[in-house]
Parts: sequence; C-alpha cells; structure tokens
Amino acid sequence: MLRTLADMMNQDKRFAFGFTVMLILVALAFLSLFSPHDPRQWNVVPRDRPPSTQHLLGTTSTGQDVSWQATWAIRNTLLMSLIAMLSSRVLAIVIGLLAGYSGGTLDRILMTLTDSFVILPLLPILILVASILKQSLSVVNLGILLGAFGWAWDARLIRSQVLSLREREFTYTAILSGMSTPRIIFREYLPFIFPLITATAMNNMLWAIGMEVTLAVLGLVSLEVATLGTMIHWAVNSQSILLGMWWWILTPVVICIFIFIALYMLSLSINEILDPRLRVQRMTK
Amino acid sequence: MDVLRVQDLKCFYVVESQGQQREVKAVNGVSLNVKKNQVLGIAGESGCGKTTFLKSLLGLVRPPLRCLGGKVEYIGNGKATDIMSLSKHQHKELMWEHISYVPQGSLSVLNPVRRIGDTFESFIGAHMEPSTTKHQYEELVCSHLEALGLPEDTLRAYPHQLSGGMRQRVTIALATILKPHLILADEPSTALDVVVQRGVIQLLKDIQEEQQNTIILVTHDMAIHANICDRIAIMYAGKIIEEAGVEEIFSNPRHPYTQYLIGSLPRIGDKAHRISAPGSPPSLSDLPQGCSFHPRCPEATDNCRKEEPMLTGIGGDHRVACLSLTRGDFNADQAQVALDQ
Amino acid sequence: MPTRHKLLSINDVTKVFTIGGGFQRARLKAVEKASFALEEGKPEIFTLAGESGCGKTTLAKMILGLLEPTDGEVLHSGRSVQDLVKGDQRDDFNKKVQAVFQNPFETFNPLRPVDTYLLETARNYVTGGSNGASKNAVAEALDLVGISYSLVEDRYPHEFSGGQLQRISIARALITAPSLIIADEPVSMVDASLKMSVCNLFKVLKEEHQVNVIYITHDLATAYYVSDRIAIMFRGNIVELGPVNTVLVEPKHPYTRVLKDSVPEPDPSNKWSGRIKLSGFEERDFMRKGCKFAGRCPEVKAICEEEDPPMVAIGSGMVKCHLYAR
Ligand SMILES: Nc1ncnc2c1ncn2[C@@H]1O[C@H](COP(=O)(O)OP(=O)(O)O)[C@@H](O)[C@H]1O
Ligand SMILES: Nc1ncnc2c1ncn2[C@@H]1O[C@H](COP(=O)(O)OP(=O)(O)O)[C@@H](O)[C@H]1O
Ligand code: SF4
Ligand SMILES: [Mg+2]
Ligand SMILES: [Mg+2]
Repeated sequence: MLRTLADMMNQDKRFAFGFTVMLILVALAFLSLFSPHDPRQWNVVPRDRPPSTQHLLGTTSTGQDVSWQATWAIRNTLLMSLIAMLSSRVLAIVIGLLAGYSGGTLDRILMTLTDSFVILPLLPILILVASILKQSLSVVNLGILLGAFGWAWDARLIRSQVLSLREREFTYTAILSGMSTPRIIFREYLPFIFPLITATAMNNMLWAIGMEVTLAVLGLVSLEVATLGTMIHWAVNSQSILLGMWWWILTPVVICIFIFIALYMLSLSINEILDPRLRVQRMTK
Repeated sequence: MDVLRVQDLKCFYVVESQGQQREVKAVNGVSLNVKKNQVLGIAGESGCGKTTFLKSLLGLVRPPLRCLGGKVEYIGNGKATDIMSLSKHQHKELMWEHISYVPQGSLSVLNPVRRIGDTFESFIGAHMEPSTTKHQYEELVCSHLEALGLPEDTLRAYPHQLSGGMRQRVTIALATILKPHLILADEPSTALDVVVQRGVIQLLKDIQEEQQNTIILVTHDMAIHANICDRIAIMYAGKIIEEAGVEEIFSNPRHPYTQYLIGSLPRIGDKAHRISAPGSPPSLSDLPQGCSFHPRCPEATDNCRKEEPMLTGIGGDHRVACLSLTRGDFNADQAQVALDQ
Repeated sequence: MPTRHKLLSINDVTKVFTIGGGFQRARLKAVEKASFALEEGKPEIFTLAGESGCGKTTLAKMILGLLEPTDGEVLHSGRSVQDLVKGDQRDDFNKKVQAVFQNPFETFNPLRPVDTYLLETARNYVTGGSNGASKNAVAEALDLVGISYSLVEDRYPHEFSGGQLQRISIARALITAPSLIIADEPVSMVDASLKMSVCNLFKVLKEEHQVNVIYITHDLATAYYVSDRIAIMFRGNIVELGPVNTVLVEPKHPYTRVLKDSVPEPDPSNKWSGRIKLSGFEERDFMRKGCKFAGRCPEVKAICEEEDPPMVAIGSGMVKCHLYAR
C-alpha cells in the first residue's frame, strides 16, 4: 500500500501535487482541535489587525483570528464535501448497478428518475430548498442535501458501463462458470467500475464545495458555522476589500483554489492509473 | 523488370520496458525483388511482421520502429530511388504518384464526419492539373467508382451509411484512382464476408490487369493467395523463409513450415485428416538461436539449433531458408546465387 | 411409457430486436422460425454457417438460455430452456450445455487470472467447493486440450496467445463433462496453423467423449472438415439444412451456391472462374416480404418477391426456396 503510494508519487507529478496539498489541508483541519477560540464567538481578539506574529493571518472586523478560523473552515468544508460525496456515491452505485444489471421496467423507472435529476436546473432548486431550510443547514445536513442532488450523472455513467460490460463475452463465461449475479457484479464488474467511482468522487467533492461556497455567499446556509463559504460571505459582506483587509478575503479564496486544483489533479491521475485499458497495457509491458 | 528491390532490410521496434531496452525483430533481414506487372503475395501468421514489412517498404519508419540496416529501392522511369533517403516532399510525391497503400483495418481510414466525395476531392485534388474543371474531375471519379461497381450515390454518403464491403471498395478506389505503379494492400479482405471478399479480391485483380501495375498483397489466407497471386513469399518470425511461384509453392512446398501451412488447409470435398504445426511462433523479442523454426520443426538437427539458414535458390525461381535442403547441394546453390545477382 | 426426448430441439424459434427508440423504432428479425434438432445418444457436430449478421450468435444465445426467444421454444431433453434457466435449474442445465466464444481475448476478464474461471466452473458444478478436487478437475480438462495446469495458474489473459486461450476456453467448457458444446466462431480469430488443431479437438470430443458440438462459423471449408450436418443461415432464416456431404458438395439453395462459389480454393490450378455481382446498398434484405435472397438471387421468380418460400424436404435435407416447392 505505502509502496504503491510512493510509486505513484514518483511517477505522476499531478498525483504528487494533489496528494501533498490534500495532506496539508487535512493536517490544518486537525489543527482546529487545538484552536484557543470558539469559531462561533465574535470579538475574541482585537479587530481588523493585519497579519502579525500573534495573528498569523490577521484578524477580522468581527473580532476573530483568520488563521484559526480557516482551520475550522477547512475542517467543515472538507467534512461537508466528504458527506456529500459518500452519500451520492452510495446512491449512484446502487441505482447505477441495479438499473444496468436488471434492465427492463426497473431500469426504465430508475433512469427516468435519474434523467429528471440530470436535467433539473440544480442551482435554483438548491437555492429554493436552502432558503426554506436555511437555519437548519448545518455541515451534515448540507452534505446530505448536496449528496441527494449529486448522484444522477454518475449513476448514469455506472449504468452505461454495466450495460456494456454485460454484453462482453466474459460475462457469459462467468454465467456459464456458475457465478451468481452478485458475484459477477462484485468480482467481474467492480474492477472496471471502481476507477469510475473514485474519479467521479473527486469531481463530486469539487462540485459540492463549489455549491457550498455559492450558497454561503448568497447567505443561504447556517452562517455561524465556519466554512470556506461562510468565511467568504462575511468577508464580502463586511466590505473587507474596500477596507483593504486582503488577508481576510484572500485566505478562504486561496484555500478554495488550492483545494480545487488538488482535487482536479488527483481525479485526473487516479483516472489514468485505474483506467482498465491502460492497466492492461501496463501489465502487458 | 524489377520495380522494387529490398536488400537485407532490418527494421526493429525498439521499446523500453521496466528500464530495459528490448528489440522486437519484426523485419529481420529480408531480401526480395518484385517484378513489374506481378501480384506478389506475402503470407504468414499474425504477428510475424507482415504489416511492419509493408510499412518499411513505404518508408513509414517512425519510432518506436527503427531501420537498422538494408535498403529499399524503388525503380521507376529508369532510375532507382532509395526510399529511406528521400526528403519529406519527395517521399510524398513518390507515394501518391507511384505507390499507394491500402492499410490494414482500412475500414476505419475514412473520416467518419466527411462525405466520401469530399475525401476523394481532398485526396486527389492536389494531383490534378490546375486546369481540370469540376466537371472533368467528377467524371473521372464517377467512372472509376462505376468500374468498381459502386453507385454514384456513394459520393454523397458518409462512411457509416456504407456496409463494410462498400467501405473497403471505396478505400481501394481511393488507392487506385491515380493509377499507381505499385499497390501495397494489407489484409484488404479480412473481416469481410466470403461473397464480398471474393468481390474485393476480384476487383484488385481487375485493376491490376487493366492498369498493368504491381501488387503486393498481404494476407494470412493461403486460399486467397492461390486465387490471385503470381508469386508467394512466406514469412515466419520476421524473415522470408520461402519464396516461389504460386503453383510451385502449392505443389512443391519445401520448407517444413510451408509444408504444414499448405498441408493443413481444409478443402470442401476432402475430409482427410489435417494436422497443423505443433507449438506456437516465437516471441520476436526473444528469438531462438539458429533457425527460428527449429523448436517446432520435425526435421531439426543440432545444426539447426546453431546455424541460421539463409534464403537460398534451389532451382527454378524457388528460394528456401532451411538447412535440411541447402546443406547437401551446396555448389548448385552457389550457381543459383550467381544467377540471381 | 417413457418417451425418448431429443437432446436439443429448436422449434420455430424467432427473435425480434427493437432498435432505436421513440419515433424511429424499427423491428429487426434477427432469427426467424429456425427449427432443427439434435438426437440423444448419437453425438454429432452440427454447423450453423452464414455471413456475419445472419443471426448465428443470436440463435446460439437462445440455445444457451442467455436470450429469450420472442416466439417458439428451445427444448433440452424435452424441457424448455427458458423454464430451466429462470427456475432453479440453471446449474443443472449448464452442467450439460456449455459454450466457447469467438474472441479468445474477450472470453476472459482481462483484469482477472484465467484460472479463476476454470476453478469457479469446477467448484460450482462438479466438486462443490473442495479446492484440491477442483484443481484436479481443472487439470484433467486442461490435459484434454494439451495444456498443463502449471502454465495457466495465476496467469492473466494477455500472457497467452490467442490459440492457447481458445484451448483454455474449450477446457473450461469441458470441466462439467457436458453433452453439448456451443462453439461460436471458435477459430475465426485463431491462426491458420492452430485452426486445425482446434477443429481436430472437436472431432476427438465427439468421437471419444460423446460430446455434441454446435459449431458456428462463416468458414465453409472448416465446416466441411469437422461437421456431420450443416444449416446455412441467411438474414435470420435457415435456408438449407442437411448432411455436409450434400449441402456443401451439391448445394441446392441459390444462396448456398453463391456462398460456396465464393469460398476460395487453396489450389492455384482451380481459381475462381466467372464473376460475381456485388450489390450496392446491401442492408435492406431484412425488410423483404418474400424470400430475403430475392434481391441477389440469380434464379429469382415473380413469386419469390411476394411470398416467403416454404421449407421443402429433399432427400436427407431441407431447402427453403420456391424453386423446389411443389
Ligand atoms: N508499435 C509497436 N511497438 C512494439 N512492437 C510492435 C509494434 N507494432 C507491432 N509490434 C510487434 O511487431 C510484430 C509484428 O507485427 P506486425 O507487423 O503487425 O505483424 P503482422 O502484420 O504479421 O500481424 C508483432 O510481434 C507485434 O507485437
Ligand atoms: N442486442 C441486440 N439488439 C439489437 N440488434 C441486435 C442485437 N444483437 C444482435 N442484433 C442484430 O441481429 C442481427 C444478427 O446478429 P448476430 O446474431 O450477432 O449475427 P451473427 O452472429 O450471425 O454475426 C444483426 O443484424 C445484429 O445487428
Ligand atoms: S532449418 Fe532446420 S529447423 Fe529450420 S525449418 Fe529447416 S529443418 Fe526445420
Ligand atoms: Mg498485420
Ligand atoms: Mg456472431
């Protein structure tokens, strides 16, 4: 396991970059455990201070320490996107596999459902739902909400992958070898579907973070929870740019950019590493 | 009169895997002369280097393929041209005016989003006199297609609207419309149904008879060779191991491999037991010492495991690379070699 | 009084595919009213031959219970294959009926070692779990095709040649000691020098192990070499059926004649003579009302365009052609 990781770090610069950045971010998220301040409380430090040795990234107009606040924000945002990703993965896999392997009426019903989710304009609907739920949109709830909206496209991908696998000759060999349907799905198909799941997992986290930031900037989530989105929201709302408090607005924005690039690089390189065709080619060498 | 002379051509794929360089000896010392107005067939199992050989004849030697020796000379208009020494521009000229190529799997050569007519236009447009009118051009293309049994509508169709057989006829039409002197066709009828296959092969033969050009036809199907070729060269593990006129090869195969190949062909009306050569061909990156066929050869001796047999004349126009045949009458061979040169 | 059932009987089997969706839906009869039977206790090699797309694979899948016929039924020892595979008797059925597929590189999952399939087959059908016994069963089957178990153990498909894989695939089918093997174009992707060894293997299986083989191919020369009876298919229909010695030597149906004439003879003194006409847009035959071959038939009559020809028994064979209708 560690060897493969080291190999991948060596072989693929994109993987090395993405992995290192994510590692650092996770470490920062853990630092939040040692935060001297409660992220919900205002005016715990002097206001509007630029970066200094005491407050590494300065302080805000609401009297909070930007660097400690950022550790909370990273923690909550990653957690939220993780929940969104995991719940949407479960939905996508179950619905995709079921529709793809069963075919017939069940397939048609599931795909109609999936298609409606694919074509629905998600942002306006999320805005509507969020403005109704607003105060109860905690980290966990927001994650689940985004998960409930983020599975459709990937379920479609998984289904079409299963459909094409089902027509391949080795499926018939498996059936004639007496393998049961669950066994065929887990033993024969999962190696092909797994890369799809991991690559789309990264993309899904990206999407969830994007959505969270959008909703938060619009003020549609629970604003006292520190996330990257709410940090940006407060910074923008308090005119931090006009007041020249670049440290306040830039911190969450730069972190967001790093997360985006890192996840994107990871998804690219994992996609390549796990691509079944390339895998066979590599084995052949 | 020769149109093509190949001398001791060596083209290897140089590939790197796990930090080690490996040579795939796909064309491993091939010498061959091709006469004008002749259909030469090249036969052999898949992976023996047929496609690579055709590519190197065309000078299409790009990494990882590398030419490590030998010469390919094309003879036209009274002078010999070394194909490897040409500039890009000269090479292009030579290719379309004198040599044309029907690549393997050419069903996918046609651009799927362009109409057949557009493909024709961009293909031959550059080679027409500037004074040619659109009308003349269309007449030329249509009459050529008609001769190949393709309706005029074909020009307005997209590749996916045509059946496999029609697409293959279109690629042959493209390759022959400029009346090249030499046509290289790589498995032009493989993957087609027998009836269509017969049509395509007949078509090639008709074109050859009408335009009086030379064809090098690669296919693994010996029965096709029997039907259209004048001469046949048998390839095994990157080498030509036997070459003779078509009747001679079928009635008097001399190399043990060729004997298996001919002897195992099934025929309708003959249920006699057939056996095929035991074992499977060697890896081209790890050839056995001596004769590459010796691990499968029933007649192999100790000598075969050490010495590499050379392609040697055994009388008539028949050349074989097998030690069991050439060992005894060494002097006769020398005479033949002298004659060949 | 027990009735003797046929090993396999295919009764007026039809398969219709709906292609496209919405308003552009079209129905394609991939197999139309196919009928033939294999006798119990009289092993034979039966060939299904025809051009690509004529419905051979579709028919094979219906025999294997992998596809459900739109109409008609496939009976194995008197019982409907669909009932067998839908009920709890799929295992019993597959123990007796096995298959070999066309592309040896596709027969096995490229991401899994090939021996997993052999072991699964042995475990699920023969030994019921015991590892040692399963390995023995696998080794025995591999022995029949001339491959040693050690060569196969833990190896991936790409480590073999096509010919080796095809023989491993046949070995897998043999593990359950089936009475019927469906071989769908088993040699079309195998090299000439190995083709005959696979064909000979089928002959040995028939003669020494009483295995019936349905050999599916587009290659009439190997069909003649291995088989006892042959059915020629054209656009979903069986157009001629009978012993190979009559069907391929003195073909009756105009299509069989065209087909046979197009097979190149490996004999330079007997080259193709005469010419054949290739049609332009060939793909419209499926939609024809009368005989599907009417568009290309050299002996077409007025009735051929109008009426579907009947299946006529002549001697030991059958021909579906108006020329022979009484
Ligand atoms: N691009 C390549 N890189 C490395 N090896 C190659 C490449 N292309 C072909 N080969 C190898 O060269 C040999 C000859 O291939 P080819 O000329 O295509 O054979 P044929 O046409 O007779 O089937 C094969 O063993 C093949 O694996
Ligand atoms: N699942 C499918 N859906 C729609 N059409 C199919 C399907 N399978 C096969 N066909 C069509 O049925 C016809 C017969 O196919 P097939 O049985 O594979 O022919 P063969 O094996 O003789 O080449 C072809 O025209 C093919 O396109
Ligand atoms: S040289 Fe020897 S090993 Fe090679 S074919 Fe001839 S007899 Fe066989
Ligand atoms: Mg080739
Ligand atoms: Mg098929």
